[in-house]
Amino acid sequence: MAYKTIIENDIDILVAGAGLGGTGAAFEARYWGKDKKIVIAEKANIDRSGAVAQGLYAINCYMGTRFGENNPEDHVRYARMDLMGMVREDLAFDMARHVDSAVHQFEEWGLPIMRNTKTGSYLREGRWQIMIHGESYKPIVAEAAKKSADKVFNRICVTHMLMDDAKENRVAGAVGFNVRTGNYHVFKAKTVICGAGGASNIFKPRSVGEGAGRVWYAPWSSGSAYGLMIEAGAKMTQMENRIVLARFKDGYGPVGAYFLHLKTYTQNGLGEEYESKWFPALTEMVGKEYLDTEGQHLSHKPIPTCLRNHAFISEVNAGRGPIHMVTMEAFQDPHLEEIGWHNFLGMTVGQAVLWAATDVDPKYENPELTTSEPYVMGSHATGCGAWCSGPEDVSPDEYFWGYNRMTTVEGLFGAGDAVGGTPHAFSSGSFTEGRLAAKAACKYIDDGKADGINVSDKQIADLKEKIYKPLETYTVGRNEIVAGSVNPNYINPRQGLDRLQKMMDEYCGGFGVNYMTNEKLLQIGLKKMAIFGEDLEKIAAEDIHELLRAWELKHRFLTSESVFQHTLFRKETRWPGYYYRGDAMKLDDENWHVLTVSHRDRNTGEYTMEKAPCYHLVGDDEE
Amino acid sequence: MPTFVYMTRCDGCGQCVDICPSDIMHIDKTLRRAYNLEPNMCWECYSCVKACPHHAIDVRGYADFAPLGHSVRVVRDEEKGTIAWRIKFRNGKKDMELLAPITTKPWGTGIPQLSDEAAPGSEMRDSELLFNEPKYVRMDDGGLHTLESNGLTLKEGVYY
Repeated sequence: MAYKTIIENDIDILVAGAGLGGTGAAFEARYWGKDKKIVIAEKANIDRSGAVAQGLYAINCYMGTRFGENNPEDHVRYARMDLMGMVREDLAFDMARHVDSAVHQFEEWGLPIMRNTKTGSYLREGRWQIMIHGESYKPIVAEAAKKSADKVFNRICVTHMLMDDAKENRVAGAVGFNVRTGNYHVFKAKTVICGAGGASNIFKPRSVGEGAGRVWYAPWSSGSAYGLMIEAGAKMTQMENRIVLARFKDGYGPVGAYFLHLKTYTQNGLGEEYESKWFPALTEMVGKEYLDTEGQHLSHKPIPTCLRNHAFISEVNAGRGPIHMVTMEAFQDPHLEEIGWHNFLGMTVGQAVLWAATDVDPKYENPELTTSEPYVMGSHATGCGAWCSGPEDVSPDEYFWGYNRMTTVEGLFGAGDAVGGTPHAFSSGSFTEGRLAAKAACKYIDDGKADGINVSDKQIADLKEKIYKPLETYTVGRNEIVAGSVNPNYINPRQGLDRLQKMMDEYCGGFGVNYMTNEKLLQIGLKKMAIFGEDLEKIAAEDIHELLRAWELKHRFLTSESVFQHTLFRKETRWPGYYYRGDAMKLDDENWHVLTVSHRDRNTGEYTMEKAPCYHLVGDDEE
Repeated sequence: MPTFVYMTRCDGCGQCVDICPSDIMHIDKTLRRAYNLEPNMCWECYSCVKACPHHAIDVRGYADFAPLGHSVRVVRDEEKGTIAWRIKFRNGKKDMELLAPITTKPWGTGIPQLSDEAAPGSEMRDSELLFNEPKYVRMDDGGLHTLESNGLTLKEGVYY
C-alpha cells in the first residue's frame, strides 16, 4: 500500500476528538502535566469541529452560585427530574460544582457573555441557561487547547484504540488515517481521553435527499465516541436513552430561547393549549412521582422533556396538528424579534435560511414545530455513554475505581458525549468534564499506572490492513461491473447508512413508527443488524473521502447495536415521548429504577447486560 | 441549504477545504476550484462561507423543503470582532441586517499559556480542584462544593 505509516511516540495524553470535551481536556492537561506530551487528533479542523462548530447563542449549563442563583445539587435534581431519575448523580454533581469556573474563564478569553444591565449578573435565558454571542465559541476554546497541546493533528479520522499487549484491558493509544493524505497515523500514548462525538444519522431522518444533512445534531457526529470505546471493550451505560427533540419544522432551529426568554408557547392546529389534557393518562403511565401536575404547579417544577414530547406526539396523532409555536405576540417587540433571529444565526443558520426561503416571518405567522428523529448522545438532555468512575470524594463504591472519568478500560478516559449518565452538561459541562478527565489522566500516569505499555508491530500492522480494507474491496470488486454503484460484492457507505437508518427507524423506535418498539421487533432488528455487520466487512470506498464515511458508518453501527441491546434489556417505558416499549408501556420503578450497563466482548462481539444501582443525592431536609 | 461555489469568484485557495467540519468542500481537479461534493452531509454551518476570502461560497436551501429565491449572507471579521448578516426573503418583503460581536478582546490575547503558570503543589494535586480553582468557581474566597459542605448524601432508592 502506498500510504505512509507515521508513528507519534511517547505521548502522555492523547485527546481523540477535540470538540468542547476534547479542548477542555487538552487545555487543562498542561497545567497538571507541565512536562507531559499532549497530542490532539481531530477528524476535522479544531477551529470548527464538533457540535459547537457553528457556534451557540446560549451556554445551557451555568449555576451562577456567584450571583446567588443555584447550587450544584439544584442542577442535579433538575437533571434527575428531566431524565425520569436516570442520572449518575455523582458525575452530575461533580460537573456542576466545577462548571462555573470554566464559564468565567471563557469570559476572560473573550467570549461575549450578555449581562443583565440591572443586576450585573449574566443575562439568564432560563434557570440554567445564560445568553452569549457565541459565533466564535469554538475558535476561542480551540485557541486555548492549541496553546496547551504539543501537537495538533487535524484531519485524522481515529478509527481504533490501540490496546496494550503487555496488560489486558489497558489502552495504549489510538490509530487512524489522514483524510487528506490518506496516511496511516499511529499514536502511542499512555492515556487516551476520548472526546469524540455522539450519534446523529443513525435513525432515519425526516429530511430526504439533499436535505439529509439537515439533522438536529451535527452530521459529522458519527457516534465515534461509542464506536471507539465499545470496540475497545469499555462498558457503556444508558444507551437506550435516545433523545427526540421538539424543534422548528425542517430547519430544527432551537426552541430554548423562544420558550424561556421570548416567552413564546405552543398550541395545536386549532389554536388550543393541548399539553395538559394528556397529563392525567401520562401520570397513569409513569406514576405520580414523575408527573404530579397539581404538585408540579405548586412547586414550579418543570415537566420532563420526554413527557411534553408525548403530549405533542399524541396530539398530532389525534389529528389536531400541526403544533405551532406562537411567536406573533413576542415578535411585535422589535428587540425580542432581533433576539429570535440572532438565536438562529448564532447556532442554526439553516433555520433562518428556511424561513427566508418560505417567507415565514414569525412576526406575522406562527411557525410549525415537529418532533425529530431520535439521537444518541450524552451531553445535551440525555445521558448515553461510557460507564465511568466518579470523583473520590463523592462517588459510592459501585461508581468509583480510582480515576475520575476513567472508563472500565484502564487509561481510557471520556469527556462530553463519551461519558454516560451525565445529561445536561451541554457545552460548558463537556469542557469541564474534559478538564476533570485531564487532571485524572495526569494522576494516573504519575501513579505509575501506565508503566510497561507495549504495542506490538503486529497490532499496528493488523489495524493498518483493517483500516484500508474498504479501498481494497472497491479496487477488486469495481472491475466486475461496467459502471454505477450496484455491485454484488460490496455496498458503499451511503448505501450502508441508508440500511442502518431504516433498521433503526423500523425496529428500534424511530419517527416512522411513532417511536414504538417491542421485544419482538428488537429481536428481529438485532438479527438483521448481525447480518449487516457481516456486510460491513464488504464495505467499499472509492477514495479516501469515502473511507472516512466507511469508518464513520462502522462507528455508527457499533453505536446502534448497543442501542438495540440496551433497549431490549430495559423492559419498561421509562421515557414516553422518547420511545415506547409497546410490550411494557408503564414506567416500572420496582424493577427498573437502575442504570443499564453493557459490555461487548472485544474478541467475540457478545453482549452481556447488567443493572447498576441508581444513587440519588439526598439533602438534610429530605431525610 | 447546502453550500455551492460561484465559478467566477473562487480562486481555488482552499480555505473552505481546510475548515469544513464535514470534509465535503473539495477542489475540483479539472477546474481547480472548490465545490461541495456531498450536499446531503452539509449542516449549513456556514464555516466555509465565513472562511472564504472572496465571498465565493453561498447557500441555497435544501432542495427537499426550501423554495428558491432567498439569501442569507455573512461577513465575519476577526479584527473588528464582529459578524454581520443579511437575510433576504423570497418574496422580497423582508430584508434584515443583523450585527453581533464575536469576541470582546483582540483575537487570542485573553487566553493563558498554562505552561507558564506556577506548578500546582501536592496538596492541590490531591484535592478535587482544577486550574484557577477555587477562586474561579465563585470569584470569591469560598471553597469547592462537597457533599459535606452542602449537607448531602448519596442514597440508593427512589427520591423526588
